[in-house]
Amino acid sequence: MKADILQVRNLRVYYQTSLGPLKAVDGVTLSLKPGERFGLVGESGSGKSTLALALMRLTKPPGYIEGGQVLLDGLDLIKVSENEIRKVRLAQIALVPQGAMSSLNPVMRIKDQIIDGIKDHLKKMPGSALEERMHELLAKVELKPEMANMFPHELSGGMKQRVCLAIAISLSPKVIIADEPTSALDVVVQRQVMLTLGQVQESLGVSILLVGHDMGLMAQFVERIGVLYAGKLAEVGSVREVFKESLHPYTRLLIACPPSLEEKGQFKGIPGLPPLLLNPPSGCVFHPRCPQTTSRCSVKIPSLKEVYPGRWVACHLYTEVKR
Amino acid sequence: MTVLLEARNVTKVFSSGGLFKRKETVALENVSLSIKESSPSITGVVGETGSGKTTLARLLLGFIAPTEGKVLYKGGDLKRLSRDERLEFQREVQVIFQDPFEVYNPFYKVDHVLTTPVAKFHLARSKTQGRKLIEHALQAIGLQPEETLGRYPHQLSGGQRQRIMVARASLLKPRIILADEPVSMVDASLRATILENLRKLNQKFGISLLYITHDLTTAYQISDNIIVLYQGSVVEVGDIELVIKNPQHPYTQLLVASIPVPDPDQRWGQDSTPVLVSKTSAKVNWGCKFVGRCPFGMPICGKDPPPLFQTDGYRAVRCYLYKDASVIAGNAIGKDVGPKR
Ligand SMILES: Nc1ncnc2c1ncn2[C@@H]1O[C@H](COP(=O)(O)OP(=O)(O)OP(=O)(O)O)[C@@H](O)[C@H]1O
Ligand SMILES: Nc1ncnc2c1ncn2[C@@H]1O[C@H](COP(=O)(O)OP(=O)(O)OP(=O)(O)O)[C@@H](O)[C@H]1O
Ligand code: SF4
Ligand SMILES: [Mg+2]
Ligand SMILES: [Mg+2]
Repeated sequence: MKADILQVRNLRVYYQTSLGPLKAVDGVTLSLKPGERFGLVGESGSGKSTLALALMRLTKPPGYIEGGQVLLDGLDLIKVSENEIRKVRLAQIALVPQGAMSSLNPVMRIKDQIIDGIKDHLKKMPGSALEERMHELLAKVELKPEMANMFPHELSGGMKQRVCLAIAISLSPKVIIADEPTSALDVVVQRQVMLTLGQVQESLGVSILLVGHDMGLMAQFVERIGVLYAGKLAEVGSVREVFKESLHPYTRLLIACPPSLEEKGQFKGIPGLPPLLLNPPSGCVFHPRCPQTTSRCSVKIPSLKEVYPGRWVACHLYTEVKR
Repeated sequence: MTVLLEARNVTKVFSSGGLFKRKETVALENVSLSIKESSPSITGVVGETGSGKTTLARLLLGFIAPTEGKVLYKGGDLKRLSRDERLEFQREVQVIFQDPFEVYNPFYKVDHVLTTPVAKFHLARSKTQGRKLIEHALQAIGLQPEETLGRYPHQLSGGQRQRIMVARASLLKPRIILADEPVSMVDASLRATILENLRKLNQKFGISLLYITHDLTTAYQISDNIIVLYQGSVVEVGDIELVIKNPQHPYTQLLVASIPVPDPDQRWGQDSTPVLVSKTSAKVNWGCKFVGRCPFGMPICGKDPPPLFQTDGYRAVRCYLYKDASVIAGNAIGKDVGPKR
């Protein structure tokens, strides 16, 4: 088995607020293999974007990284110098942030936006080589060469998202983090963009961490999936197992949620409110909303444990696999 | 039967660029729809990015004026409302915007978007009562008041900001809510909660809803009828069951086939349409706008723009595959073509 390319260990990211620290990411541990597609799902406010930014060490005040490790090929990104992390970003680990396509520079041509990132890292690359690289990248994400000279407003949403992908892969990183890359696109364009992302992923052998909440998209795209709830991982496993036989009660409810074209009129929202992150419930953070809660749940925090090989769950209903 | 809000043959053309290199974008072309007073309904508006959905909402709100055609509120042209009528319109027609990043003023706490309407429309007799009202509205859509109020917009997640807009719209108990992608940034569970709330607003308080989205599944779940837009034109319109379960326009068929199924064993179908569809910027005068992507294109499709064919009592389709059906006028939508119920 290949060694993990990315290892996240007990990562904690908090926000300083007037009422004390808000624990947006509270002890997340996960790993990605080279070339793997991993999905991170969780409800709105569960800490997905906070985690994505922290993996790049892009956390901004009032947010701060309270502790933990992010090992990229063995290098701890939390510990390295500011200078070093700048070299790693984009070159080794790239992020397509949430809402990226609306943050493209409106007065800059597409080609310059792509070349800018490359130039930062490869200062000595001659202009002609940069131009050539830029055209290769456009082709990779299936954009026509003439789009190089266009401005963002001349492109459709799907095309803009492709530009963001081109930027993310411009230095052939080992890991790409994509935070809801298609949630603003319609299904037809979403499928096209995801197919392109899939092809790029395969041809570069890069690992992808896909952040989102569209269970349908996850089922279609990723191999393994992690479910985040209130800043903690509730469950991790292969996408097939998690969908077919979810273990954590929250995952079960989550899988039952998406409306389908089959049955009309039933909305299966999870009862109760998302927890207060400033003052989370005692014990298991999900216990106030859990249909299977026991007396232990409100007292003891369940740790994430491997209950079958490759199946991790943080819930008192399960016991650790004996090895 | 009184019509509350109506778009009658509206066309919107945006021009941009300099004096000599003007570029015209036809964002909407001859679109009609009407929301009746007697039967509060939910109308889904779907279409890809740039198909004109937001433009339609902005026209209906009077934020922009149509290039051709009219928008009428209770029969009166929006452009000519008196001051009182305008205030009534502002209260009775509420909007939930697509981009929650844009509507907030970064210097005001998010409370501002909630307290302002409470004050402006005198919804509460005291500050405490106003606060209660706001807290209720927040809880109804899954937000904790303690963690929401008193914060600045950038301190909330995308989905949290979006839900505040839903709470705001529901506070006012208007007659019509125009919801432009109200759930695009939230997860399935919250999406269900919010949609359930929107539906309650429809059923309990008789509020009509225009639900703008690119998510066909939720449109199917909540709507009575649906309008499918493609590059500014209505390509299919009618009863939701008919349109989704048995789509007739090739574009609607493509949309339905592209929905990712939440089941790893059920693979996404292959897409046969060309990936690179450039944005059209000029009015297509010579044929069907979909012809470049259409697997069924016929010679006539490249010659004349197809009219709307009424394929049955509750649905019309802009496609020559149905040329044997009778042609109907665009502004019959919502009058002659609409939900079955
Ligand atoms: N600058 C900030 N200051 C204080 N709290 C913040 C700040 N930014 C985010 N938060 C809080 O941190 C939590 C996690 O936010 P985050 O944006 O990571 O969620 P998310 O899972 O990406 O949600 P979404 O699906 O809506 O994008 C939320 O409760 C949010 O309110
Ligand atoms: N103010 C404007 N000036 C020029 N063009 C505009 C303006 N507003 C919209 N457009 C153009 O009109 C077309 C329709 O845009 P609109 O925002 O209505 O689409 P939409 O269906 O809401 O798309 P999305 O799903 O991305 O929100 C697009 O081509 C857009 O670029
Ligand atoms: S009119 Fe012709 S090109 Fe247009 S959708 Fe119908 S068959 Fe296809
Ligand atoms: Mg996010
Ligand atoms: Mg829009």
